[in-house]
Amino acid sequence: MNAARRFVLAGLASAFAAPACAQGFAGLGAAANGFALPDPAGRFDFPSDHGAHDAFRIEWWYLTASLTGADGASYGIQWTLFRTALNPGGGDGWDSPTLWMGHAALTTATAHHVAERLARGGVGQAGVAAVPFQAWIDEWAMTSLAGPADDVLDRLSLTARGRDFGYDLILQATGPVVAHGKDGYSVKSRDGHASHYYSQPFYQVAGRINLPSGPVEVTGQGWLDREWSSQPLSDQQTGWDWLSLVLEDGTRLMGYRMRDTRGDYTSASWILPDGTLEALPEGALVMTPLRTARVADRDIPVDWQIDLPAKGLSITVTPLNDAAWMATTVPYWEGPVFATGTHPGRGYLEMTGY
Amino acid sequence: MIAVVMGTLMSHWRKRPLQLVLLLLGLSLATALWSGVQAINAEARAAYADAAGLLARDRLDRLVGENEAPIAPARFAELRRAGWAVSPVVEGYHAPSGLSLVGIDPLTMPAGATPVGQDDGPGIAAVLAPEGLLIVNPQTADRLKDAELPPLFAVEGLPPMTAIGDIGLVQRLLDQPGLISHLVIDPDAPPGLMALAELAPELDRVSPEGDGDLARLTDSFHLNLTAFGALAFVVGLFIAHAVIGLVFEQRRATLRTLRALGVSMRVMVGMLLVELGLLALVAGIGGVALGYLVAAALLPDVAGSLRGLYGAEVSGTLSLRPGWVLAALGLTLAGTLAAAGIALWQSATMPVLAPAMPRAWARTSAKKLAWQGATGGLLLLLAGVLSLLDVGLVAAFALLASLLVGAALILPLAMSAIVTRFARQKGGPVRQWFWADTAQQVPGLSLALMALLLALVSNIGVGTMVASFRQTFTGWLDQRLASELYLNTRSSAETAAILDWVTPRVDAVLPIWSVSGTLNGLPGEVFGVADHATYRDNWPLLDAVPDVWDRVASGEVALVNEQLARRTDLAVGDQVALPGGSLPVGGIYSDYGNPKPQVLVGLALFDSRFPDVPHLRYGLRIAPEKAAALGQEITARYDLPAGSVIGQADIKAYSLDVFESTFAVTDALNILTLGVATVALFASLLTLAEMRLPQLAPLWALGLTRRRLAGIELVRIVVLAALVLILAIPLGLALAWALVARLNVAAFGWQLPMGLFPGDWLWLAVTALPAAALAALWPALRLARMPPAALLRMFANERG
Amino acid sequence: MLLTIRGLTKIYPTREGPLAVLRGVDLDLDRGESLALVGESGSGKSTLLHLAAGLDAADGGTIILDGADLADMTDSQRAALRRDKVGLIFQQFNLIPSLTAGANIAMQARLAGRNAPDWNDYLARAMGLADLLDRYPEELSGGQQQRVAIARALAARPALVLADEPTGNLDEANADAVLTLMLDLVAEAGAGLLLVTHSPRQAARLGRQVRLVMGRVQT
Repeated sequence: MNAARRFVLAGLASAFAAPACAQGFAGLGAAANGFALPDPAGRFDFPSDHGAHDAFRIEWWYLTASLTGADGASYGIQWTLFRTALNPGGGDGWDSPTLWMGHAALTTATAHHVAERLARGGVGQAGVAAVPFQAWIDEWAMTSLAGPADDVLDRLSLTARGRDFGYDLILQATGPVVAHGKDGYSVKSRDGHASHYYSQPFYQVAGRINLPSGPVEVTGQGWLDREWSSQPLSDQQTGWDWLSLVLEDGTRLMGYRMRDTRGDYTSASWILPDGTLEALPEGALVMTPLRTARVADRDIPVDWQIDLPAKGLSITVTPLNDAAWMATTVPYWEGPVFATGTHPGRGYLEMTGY
Repeated sequence: MIAVVMGTLMSHWRKRPLQLVLLLLGLSLATALWSGVQAINAEARAAYADAAGLLARDRLDRLVGENEAPIAPARFAELRRAGWAVSPVVEGYHAPSGLSLVGIDPLTMPAGATPVGQDDGPGIAAVLAPEGLLIVNPQTADRLKDAELPPLFAVEGLPPMTAIGDIGLVQRLLDQPGLISHLVIDPDAPPGLMALAELAPELDRVSPEGDGDLARLTDSFHLNLTAFGALAFVVGLFIAHAVIGLVFEQRRATLRTLRALGVSMRVMVGMLLVELGLLALVAGIGGVALGYLVAAALLPDVAGSLRGLYGAEVSGTLSLRPGWVLAALGLTLAGTLAAAGIALWQSATMPVLAPAMPRAWARTSAKKLAWQGATGGLLLLLAGVLSLLDVGLVAAFALLASLLVGAALILPLAMSAIVTRFARQKGGPVRQWFWADTAQQVPGLSLALMALLLALVSNIGVGTMVASFRQTFTGWLDQRLASELYLNTRSSAETAAILDWVTPRVDAVLPIWSVSGTLNGLPGEVFGVADHATYRDNWPLLDAVPDVWDRVASGEVALVNEQLARRTDLAVGDQVALPGGSLPVGGIYSDYGNPKPQVLVGLALFDSRFPDVPHLRYGLRIAPEKAAALGQEITARYDLPAGSVIGQADIKAYSLDVFESTFAVTDALNILTLGVATVALFASLLTLAEMRLPQLAPLWALGLTRRRLAGIELVRIVVLAALVLILAIPLGLALAWALVARLNVAAFGWQLPMGLFPGDWLWLAVTALPAAALAALWPALRLARMPPAALLRMFANERG
Repeated sequence: MLLTIRGLTKIYPTREGPLAVLRGVDLDLDRGESLALVGESGSGKSTLLHLAAGLDAADGGTIILDGADLADMTDSQRAALRRDKVGLIFQQFNLIPSLTAGANIAMQARLAGRNAPDWNDYLARAMGLADLLDRYPEELSGGQQQRVAIARALAARPALVLADEPTGNLDEANADAVLTLMLDLVAEAGAGLLLVTHSPRQAARLGRQVRLVMGRVQT
């Protein structure tokens, strides 16, 4: 899932749109009045579902990648485009109700570079087109390079830059797009809050990152999340801890813990290298904080014990850099992690609401 | 001991409350006029700073279209996608509310450039909300609280009548969907991926203007006000000086006695300083309050002037700035010490044993008078030399200062000479005594007479300048505003439609097309003019080549306004640098009230050089009696906003309004200064009256009634005031000349023909002489009603 | 000894060159003693008195007042000494015009910080001023003004009273009355009195007489 991501979406909505801060983290608990609601019977229709869903309030294109440089060092990058609508009706030009927010980050063992871009729809500064696929804000872009027979997400170029960093990467999928939950209907709370959620977790990544010290050639593995909804959180949920891992045996694990005043809600997807996805029931995944670090004046649990007894998984997750803090309009923690234990691997951790 | 000494010093004021009132009045008035002017200046400067700070104009680079053409809507996204951190701005005038609207995109606007998202500003969400909001300053919010507008959000630090809102909202309000006036560039963002010249060759990158523009343009105006404030301050100090001098003289014996009784010099001088400080504080507080009232009363007119003359928006309401209050109090203290300086020094160095006899406190020795006169003569000479030079604003003010101060210094000597002449003439004994006694009194009254002279001279000088200006300006308006109707449209398409309809219905359609550009290195405007008799017959040319209109029409030569000619030293025949290449100057025309350089070229040439300038303004010639009806018909037929068609009479009325409000301030300050001078005269007379009893008592004893004596005293003052007035007329004319031929040229860039207005002098005499008589009335009445015993005591008790 | 003067000289610059007003005067005065200083106009009587009061500085010689040498003192110290130990009475009365008679009387005592209302009242009664205390000097006759001045000089209980022609502005009857009052009260207060006068009749009423001639004491 990605409850993780929604929080940011939510952030966008609350920061720019409605005074809904009292309702759950970053306003994600706001009622969906006038917007479409996720349909449990709905099925994905590609490539049009790679584009924007204007009937829904919030949506994102969320890419993370764990990388290794030619210099042998570990890196991580994040590229996210959030869409939020102030109201379900349309509007042209500068009166468009659509707002876009881009986040880009580049993490090293000692530094965490962040950039943010804001835009509104209607004037061409930011948007997402399904065919030919491109998601962009300013000069940042995720652009399809796929052949006509392939899924548009199979091959992507990805670029972003901030004041002191940038990257240009090529992403090549080695497996299919996978749907989380029940055919992509992903439940977030016991009250039935949900989203439409699919991923492309099989990217091989190559390209170049630009650090203040100069460019570095990198390779690694990437993971794209796509999710949209109108009211994905319960107003009792205060934040979440979300994890995506590429294990050394080729299996992918996605799991999250929704922190709820009435008791946490967890969910996990177990994805085999051929793209077979097993949605594990609520409570199957156990996430236990092991160590907190002081980041941005907050206590953030950066080391975790992850147990998934159904799969015999018991791992410890540790970040590349404790201080992977996204000091953006809605701040959160997002950074590359390493897993050790029964199933070693690499991936990304996201934590919100701290 | 300190309390005893202080109490003793203060007991003087208790015994003589009138002196206290006069002293406080003098200091308060001095402070009030000066600080009032300062308050006005501070308010205006704050407004300029706000204007410069709006959208961080003083620090952000901008991308602008050529000739201020709007920017193509697609350019914004193209530049953003090429990595340029630009943000769109739309600007326009919203006629229904009178607001200057500034539309911004809060999502891309560089941080801190607008109040959006700042501590005292609205959040982005509120700005982007469907109903939107307009950010204005609190005064504007108050003024527009009943207007039909989006919700207003009040924030300090915005220029008056200016509103910031979301770009979408502002485009809707201006009915200009998609319009982008210019783009600002985030200075902290990295440069784009491609060069701007390749991406958007039609856009120019403009660096910040700095805050100098309005401030510099309006400098001379504020300098004028400051000069008046300083003059009033000096006149006010005359009063304080007169009173303090008297008080110290009267207390001389007391101070000696205190010394004899064992008060050390240090304690005594310290106590005198404390006393002066307390008086200054009280007077300063009064002066600040009064100054605030003066400034609040004058500010609307000043704001009107600045708007009319320079297009500078200054709020008509005054805010109380703590810095201003402290500065005014400090000034009062400094002024008090300056006014008391000599008296204090004399007290401090007074030998305790000097004969403790009162002497005429203000008796100025002939030697001192001569020195003063010589200094005055030198200053007048300096003024004469300066008047021959033509070197800028500072020299012009130096000329004014040396003229005024020189005239004031030389006055007592001149008055003595005149009065002594009269005294030598034969006549009855009373008459002889009258002149002799008057001659004796001139030194004592000299300070008050000097104050009166300054007030009268500035009155005549400024009055003559204003009247000359008014005469010239109205004549010039008649020439310049030759068309009966002026048409302003919103687009070239609208223009074409209106012209099709209107052309057969009028005698002539005269295009008035203009474009901003650099003229001989200065920012200014180029106008295209049609070849038409309207210009040939009316245009106010100061100098021109033969057949100038033919040559303008053929594109051979350009006309430049007087401001440009003076500022860049152009004469007929010189080349003037224009956008698209330079042209010879074919003529120079007067252009009052316009601070900017301006050039006129033939319409054909204008069109070929600036083909893209929208054609929006026209003058329409029609029989005057049909003008109003046609104007209404055009407005109704094409549904034009109010103000799109303006009649000649309306423009004239508006221009004269601006003119009158400009000089309303000057007039007010003039009258106030005259009032202060009258108070100064009153203070001097009152103090002198007391000194004069010993001199008057013998005459009473010789058989002149108290009534008659009082009458003589009254007549004496009116005679002296009349003499001052007579001297003030030539000096006032000299001042007027300096203002017209030097200061105006330096400050505004134009020269006026100077006229003489003897009616005004008569009016001044009718005002000033009764004022002087009024000042003399009370001391005279006191004399008339003085009990004989008091006069008798002069013989019994006189030790002078 | 209350006042000891030795070899006192004072020279004034004049247009015709320096003029020695005092040329080595010796004088002694003790508490309870009264001394009349007589002489022609210009003989230096007033100058001697002013120097003794510390109102001016001597050019030579010493003045020891109650054990203190005036020559060693600053202006402030001399002022303090005058305030605390000397009562001065002038021919011109030198009252403060903006203060009432009562306030004038209390003036020096208040400056010296030892104002005693009872003593002031006694002095005023003794001087016949009891009903005039609220009046301002301009509302008093010359004799009344001088009585206020004497009361002021004595109100601070000075050790030394210096009087310069105190009755010079008064008619003879008034002058005699004022002098009598003054002598009585000085004696009562136990102060020393140095009185400058050109009236032999008044001088005769004091304990001792010293005549100054051309700046020297004539013996």
